[in-house]
Amino acid sequence: MKSLAELKAIRDKARAEIDLRKENPNAARVLVGMATCGIAAGARPVLNAFVEEITKRGLTKDITVTQTGCIGICQYEPVVEIEIPGQEKVTYVKVAPEMVPKIVNDHLVNKNVVTEYTIGAISN
Amino acid sequence: MRELSLNVMDVAQNSVRADAHLVTITVTDSDKSDSLIITIADDGCGMTEEQVSQVTDPFFTTRTTRKVGLGVPLFKLSAEQTGGSFNIESELGKGTVTTVTYVKSHVDMTPLGDINSTVSILIRCNPDIDFVFTRTTDKGSFTLDTRELRVVLEGVPLDTPDVLEWIEQFLKENTENIYGGAEL
Repeated sequence: MKSLAELKAIRDKARAEIDLRKENPNAARVLVGMATCGIAAGARPVLNAFVEEITKRGLTKDITVTQTGCIGICQYEPVVEIEIPGQEKVTYVKVAPEMVPKIVNDHLVNKNVVTEYTIGAISN
Repeated sequence: MRELSLNVMDVAQNSVRADAHLVTITVTDSDKSDSLIITIADDGCGMTEEQVSQVTDPFFTTRTTRKVGLGVPLFKLSAEQTGGSFNIESELGKGTVTTVTYVKSHVDMTPLGDINSTVSILIRCNPDIDFVFTRTTDKGSFTLDTRELRVVLEGVPLDTPDVLEWIEQFLKENTENIYGGAEL
């Protein structure tokens, strides 16, 4: 069973690392649309897939995953926006968990936008 | 919504937007009384009497970016289609309590789904808000209270990856415990 003692150990380990995290203004942001429309379209497994892939690659200090509201394009949900400091924001639409490893690898790691998943490609 | 846990996530985000500091989610699942009761309570800004009476209307929303608000009406429908009930009580400046009751054996019952995932995502995405999650079955009960975790963590944020991992495991193990280890 998970115990509070275990949580204390996590705290002590995190303290040693936490300064690194705070000093990272260059962290990329993954924003998953999680309003009624996004949730109904399956945003939760998408958010979980991002967290899993980013954790697996040990990138949790460089990339934060969070939720955002409805941005008004409900027909394209699940919508994921990726913000990398100094670059234009990219909006991926109709994202499925299977697409996530490619987005993480190509876009977040190698800085090549996965054009075929973006709103520009889908709406044309 | 495919799972009630998604309705919970949706409505809990209304609490977040209402500037709640504490959101309390309880899920009481009883085969004995053939009921599932979900409550979501917050200490956010609350609503006026007039807003409360309009909130189940799909064409009412406080948002200005669009003209419909489906979160609450969908949640209400999910309960009423099982012969259950839906209730919202709210007071301006005090907060809002939503109570939803289901008749579990009804053919139109939506599965609860992965409520633990809902809770861990809410904590992950709102690390400055406190959540108290209590899950009860006929076999037992457990509570996750982020205020207690904060005492132990002494300033280490709740959205630290290892802490979130701990929370997910805590929820998983305790859920298995109160469901007798059966697959959910």
